[in-house]
Amino acid sequence: MTAMHPETISVERAPVQRSRGHAANVLRRLLRNPVAMIAATVILLLILMAVFAPWLMPQDPFATSMLKRLKPIGTEGLPLGSDELGRDLLSRLILGARLSLFMGIAPVIIAFVIGSAIGIFAGYVGGWANSLIMRCIDVLYAFPSVLLAIALSGALGAGIVNALVSLTVVFIPQIARIAESVTTGVRRSDYVDAARASGASALLIVRRHVLGNVIGPIFVYATGLISVSMILASGLSFLGLGVKPPEPEWGLMLNTLRTAIYTQPWVAALPGVMIFITSVSFNMLADGLRSAMEVKQ
Amino acid sequence: MSDPMIRLRELYVEFNPPGKRIQAVNGVDLTVDRGEVVALIGESGSGKSVTLRAMMRLHPEKTTRYSGALEVAGQDVLGMGGGALSQLRGKRVAMIFQEPLLALDPVYTLGEQIVEAIRRHEPLGRAEARARALQLFERVRIPSPERRLDAYPHEMSGGMRQRAMIALALACNPQVLLADEPTTALDATVQIQILLLLRDLQRELGLSIVFVTHDIGAAAEVADRMAVMYAGRIVEEGPASELLTRPRHPYTRALLGSRDEGALRKGRRLDTIGGAPPDLARLPAGCAFAARCAFADDACRAAVPERRELGARHAAACRRLDELPALLAVRADEALPS
Repeated sequence: MTAMHPETISVERAPVQRSRGHAANVLRRLLRNPVAMIAATVILLLILMAVFAPWLMPQDPFATSMLKRLKPIGTEGLPLGSDELGRDLLSRLILGARLSLFMGIAPVIIAFVIGSAIGIFAGYVGGWANSLIMRCIDVLYAFPSVLLAIALSGALGAGIVNALVSLTVVFIPQIARIAESVTTGVRRSDYVDAARASGASALLIVRRHVLGNVIGPIFVYATGLISVSMILASGLSFLGLGVKPPEPEWGLMLNTLRTAIYTQPWVAALPGVMIFITSVSFNMLADGLRSAMEVKQ
Repeated sequence: MSDPMIRLRELYVEFNPPGKRIQAVNGVDLTVDRGEVVALIGESGSGKSVTLRAMMRLHPEKTTRYSGALEVAGQDVLGMGGGALSQLRGKRVAMIFQEPLLALDPVYTLGEQIVEAIRRHEPLGRAEARARALQLFERVRIPSPERRLDAYPHEMSGGMRQRAMIALALACNPQVLLADEPTTALDATVQIQILLLLRDLQRELGLSIVFVTHDIGAAAEVADRMAVMYAGRIVEEGPASELLTRPRHPYTRALLGSRDEGALRKGRRLDTIGGAPPDLARLPAGCAFAARCAFADDACRAAVPERRELGARHAAACRRLDELPALLAVRADEALPS
């Protein structure tokens, strides 16, 4: 048994590759969840739509026409009607997916990275450092997120980048709190004690045992935040603090079309419908992820 | 006498969470020889688990104060630096925990966890480490070990998990195994299997085992020697058979008397020990058991009793050891219906 031949090693290696990782198991369970799969398909289609928008748009989304203002759904050449400046709503909804999805996803990704790092650090270190960090986070958390986003955006000025920054700042405390509480739980768990008892260093424990157990729940929470981010971003655009016209963005479109709510209610509601579909899809995907990642105890 | 694997001399462990002072271990002397199995028994809060974890210095560094001497495999554990401590843990001393489901990381397979533990201490490749893990699974008698290596902790039964935990502990061929209530969370039938497995492994590998339990039956099954703890002190210590058949300390007597065997006869009440163990934040000045002891007098309450050797490695810490037989006889007479 001491002298290992290369052949026997390769025989032993086969099962190592066969053994599935945690991620693969989660994916397998997720694939079996029909609701999550429908949501994932919708999201995939939306992303594809955003990526290939220039090729999918039937008309120029910026071309205005005084003659074709506020046409109803199903008009010849304007399948989803037109907006208050006579621009093709279908084309604008397709191109709008780009900015709307970006504003939904990007702040959450940035906040996920920063917030997780803060939360995991605070949770693992504990003691007064934890209190200091978490109380600072709580100050930000105390503001209602809509208010905080508006206040920050207002202070920074309108524009996509500023809206992105303010949304990121809004989400960091939320993610950091989740990360901190999950990490605190993991740090006190027996398997971290067991890892210490088997001689693992603090860094290794954080990298393997804490990160491995903490990333899942944070990721699920962050996925749920994407819909919130989209709605907040739309809200900012609606208030004129995010995307500037004439760029199409669903929240902004909702804003400019609101005057037409009595003349063309269905057309005016369409950007809202898009926001709704997208955020519900992200929420359902987050739910599916949550149950797929749930570690049975 | 053979060489000691573990030596505790006047070990004190004190926890200092903000505004508190908990004296969990108060002067424990204990020696465990190479290849010896010692059971620490006692009630909850008697300091047995704290003593066990102190052997690896597992208590939070910031809030724990140790004093006395603690040597494992000839090395001073209390004075060790972080690097030396990492070398000690897992490599020379390993620990198994009460609830294997909680002590195994839920997001990695058992194989991954064992391979990680091996590679932490030895320069082996993944494949070699996995081959060793497979051997370990065979050694702890897990059926279809190849498949079980790829299982997650929650996919196995309690008994199998505890076997896997033992395999994980043995990954780097430690000399000392510390077991913290290894069978408490298991079914009665599985308990016996695990105890027998531990006994077999101990013989095969020449391990020294210290295990903590409040189950005297489990202790009797595997231990060479037993130490009875009360309020952070060892009140009686001796060879298992001797201690079980001829207990000397009033607490040991009461503990043995409160087992269910004594009350199996119909109509007989289970003997219990009245009262509760002392608050470890405010220990009494004298013998900690005095408040619950039927034979305690003022002198008992005034000073902590000295440990007295009773021959054949049997020792007890009670002031009135010599008077006890007579006192017990009087009590028995009084109990008889007149």
